[in-house]
Amino acid sequence: MRKRKKDGKGYMDVTKRAKVGTGKLHKYKRGELNKGGIINKYDRVKFNQQSAKYQMASKQAARAEALLQEEAGFIEADEGESTCEVTQYDIANAVDITSAQKFFELKLDKFGPYRVDYSRNGRFMLMGGAKGHVAAFDWQTKNLMCEINVMETVKDVKWLHQETMFAAAQKQWLYIYDNQGVELHCIDVMNNILKMEFLPYHFLLATSSSYGRLTYLDVSIGKRVSCINTNHGRLDVMCQNPSNAIIHLGHSGGTVTLWSPNSQKPLVKMLCHGVGTRAIAVDNSGNFMATAGIDRTLKIWDLRTYKALHSYKVSAGPGSLAFSQRGLLAAGMGNIVEVYRDITKSQITAPYMMHSLSSPVANVQYCPYEDVLGVGHAEGFSSLLIPGSGEPNFDALEANPYQSKKQRQQAEVNMLLEKIQPEMITLDSRDVGKVDVKTLQEQIAEREKIIYLKPEKIEFTPRKRMKGKSKTGNLLRRVEIVKGRQLREEVQSISKQKEKLAKMLQAENTDGAAEVKEEKPFNVFDRFKRKEQA
Amino acid sequence: MKIKVLSRNPDDYIRETKKDIHRVPRNYDPNLHPFETPREYTRAVNAVKLEKVFSKPFIGDLDGHKDVVECMCKHPTQLSHILSGAGDGEVKLWDLPRRKCVRSINAHDGFVRGICFNPSGEYFFTCGSDKVIKQWSMDGPGAGEEEEPMNTILSKNVFHSIDHHWQNNTFATCSDTVDVWDETRAEPVRSYQWGVDSIYTIKYNPIETHLLAGTADDRSIIMYDTRGSVPLRRVRMKLKSNAIAWNPMEAYMFTVASEDYNLYSFDARYLDKPTTIHQSHVAAVMDVDYSPTGKEFVSGSYDKTLRIFAVGSQFSREVYHTRRMQIVQCVRWSHDDRYLLSGSDEMNLRLWKARAAEKIGRMKPREKEAMRYNDKLKEKFAQHPQVKRIAKYRHVPKRIMAARKEHTTIRSSQKRKYVYVFWGIYRKQSRLIIGAPYVCYLARYSEICVDRLERSSLDVQIGALF
Repeated sequence: MRKRKKDGKGYMDVTKRAKVGTGKLHKYKRGELNKGGIINKYDRVKFNQQSAKYQMASKQAARAEALLQEEAGFIEADEGESTCEVTQYDIANAVDITSAQKFFELKLDKFGPYRVDYSRNGRFMLMGGAKGHVAAFDWQTKNLMCEINVMETVKDVKWLHQETMFAAAQKQWLYIYDNQGVELHCIDVMNNILKMEFLPYHFLLATSSSYGRLTYLDVSIGKRVSCINTNHGRLDVMCQNPSNAIIHLGHSGGTVTLWSPNSQKPLVKMLCHGVGTRAIAVDNSGNFMATAGIDRTLKIWDLRTYKALHSYKVSAGPGSLAFSQRGLLAAGMGNIVEVYRDITKSQITAPYMMHSLSSPVANVQYCPYEDVLGVGHAEGFSSLLIPGSGEPNFDALEANPYQSKKQRQQAEVNMLLEKIQPEMITLDSRDVGKVDVKTLQEQIAEREKIIYLKPEKIEFTPRKRMKGKSKTGNLLRRVEIVKGRQLREEVQSISKQKEKLAKMLQAENTDGAAEVKEEKPFNVFDRFKRKEQA
Repeated sequence: MKIKVLSRNPDDYIRETKKDIHRVPRNYDPNLHPFETPREYTRAVNAVKLEKVFSKPFIGDLDGHKDVVECMCKHPTQLSHILSGAGDGEVKLWDLPRRKCVRSINAHDGFVRGICFNPSGEYFFTCGSDKVIKQWSMDGPGAGEEEEPMNTILSKNVFHSIDHHWQNNTFATCSDTVDVWDETRAEPVRSYQWGVDSIYTIKYNPIETHLLAGTADDRSIIMYDTRGSVPLRRVRMKLKSNAIAWNPMEAYMFTVASEDYNLYSFDARYLDKPTTIHQSHVAAVMDVDYSPTGKEFVSGSYDKTLRIFAVGSQFSREVYHTRRMQIVQCVRWSHDDRYLLSGSDEMNLRLWKARAAEKIGRMKPREKEAMRYNDKLKEKFAQHPQVKRIAKYRHVPKRIMAARKEHTTIRSSQKRKYVYVFWGIYRKQSRLIIGAPYVCYLARYSEICVDRLERSSLDVQIGALF
């Protein structure tokens, strides 16, 4: 197809596609393909075809960015001004009326402090007051779904996979309610729970208890999948890594431990602070972790290397931390909520935004797909506007804020079909697609096995033979012969293996050094050989 | 100071009327799609389970014969037609889409041994144990008229099989001799004989059209070039071969169905050992036919099952059986690569799908897309134990299970014995080569089926043909 150029001279090729920038392309790449070691021509062709396909897929995904409808929010400060001076009232006055309505306060001073949780599509909010007040509502339209008082202490509340059910950790047991506030289940195998995390792709509710127990409940089948005694005492600092479903627990000794339901021991144990850990948060990509200690330090960690990237002294020890979808970190300390931008990228000097409340902050939580930060505090709940925090373009097949009832039901079926088994929770979620290569540790163990190889004990009972041949003496002689032969064979094979290993080790040790020439014994015919040139 | 806060207009995301489809905005940012690999794996497991749920290969049966179905022949140009011949001398023409017999001919006294169409499909030949070859028109008789052959050739020998040349108007029959006939003549143009035994089946090569291959009663497979006056070469097997089929895509490859429960794929240029031994059947294999793609073939067996093998694979990828199906006498793979036909001892023809889980009929684009996606996932995770186990599992009747177990034991004991013998020899020579016994065993096993290779004076180089 040809189309005339704007200036009328010549044609432009409209079938030709616009180039995709490497930066954009990089975002959609799933690792690099390594061509090394393919000798077979057939395999090489196959490999090239495959890599061309991968490349095309990432290109097309990058191209599809042009179709995204929304742009992220922002604050641009004038010269000499700072964004952290902007108050919520300034923002609410500057933006349109629907956005301005997203900044609101709920004064509930009787039952606080409150814990809050947003549903996965960001449409619904759940709050649980420590003195028993539990409420669920559509926070944008302010439509109340239910409001109950459970007449017990409420430690934590969490939506399950959809806005139809939620879990509440009460004084003794865990309860599941539907969105009308009807108690569906009382789970008495999980008691004295302090914090909860829901892993939506695995349908697992992870809970940590005051007795140091980390328990996983599969909410799709209603079974306790795993119960781990962490031996770390009271567990009241907990968060999940959204990219690999690993649970992070913070402890009073300043350590942070990483858990999966498949291991009774922590996968990783990090010493993050010299004093107790107060709060943890992991960002959406799963690469960065923020931890706060009671000594007012806030640290950013790289979870790929487990090394600290930045360390800050803040005004008060943050009691709660949360990463937004676009990487803004919110920290609630005392009466103040601070929000940091680009904290994982570089050392920052000032917060992005600040807001002070009337009472101590209990819980901060970003609303997905909205520029909103929900803050639960002792005297109620505040919904704050944080421009640039939420992902502007949602994927309707993952989470859809505008879904109808039918769509929600359909999504639930799909989620259940795609439920990932808890066995697949590992530090790297791509493990299941990788080739199972022996680790260095396994290789070493295998070698050591050879070094300490010993001939096994030979057991041989001779067969009864014809009359006269099975005299005791004959039998013993036969046993001796067979045993001797087997032993010789075994010793030979062992010594061979050991020789091989020794050669291998030697080759490794010399590694690139000139080969040592083997001295051969002189043969009588060697005199006729041609002399080697120097 | 400039401030922008995310504010979506719901009208952009909600459908306008109830008759619209829902809007589904997508964002391919990998951060919004966590657990990509485990989710794909779960989908692959589901896909392979669903494949099992949907694999219902049996389409239907065609009944009407009054005796054992002996032979079948596909129409060369029409997918819907198939001919079958029975033990009582009756030949039936079937309309497959309607699953009805459209024509019955009492062609022979005694067995109908072979049927073949001419390349245009206008007429067909039948031969029987009554020593007669008959030519029939595809246009049936008018109302009230009787079935009359166009042509009848009488012979002195009992015919076992007939096959038509793929391009011109000659055909070949086999009895005590292999005869090549011109359609217009009553006497064979050529006759071939090698030894005294009778030839059971004969097949023209679809690409190198002068080449004929036949299997004989004396356990041999014989090659003929119809331009020459004597057979080219023959290879004698340990046991008799029941049927032979040429690969329609690779001119030099053919497969024989053997009495020793195996199928052997040969390269016609190197007949001293087969390229592959296909081992899944538990009784004599009666017939074999290639798919038109040349990538797979189907075999029918005395163990009352059909099996589908990929070319070059040792074991079958699929096994079909029903409770009522008895010994399978003949099998054919349809020209569109989608269906199989089997004729069996209990007088029925059966129609099967070539791919058990394939959906028949039109599919919506989304359905097609989903199928393709699932196929790709199955391919990607094919080596994972859970996926592999489900994909591999086939439910077979108890008797076959038991027989298979028995054969496995027999084979492993043979192998063990062979390895021991070899080990012993090597020990005496005090030359230990690790792995040598097993390699030798494999080499020997491929020779196990071949007894002797003989060449005639005319056999210059069969390879020169290809």
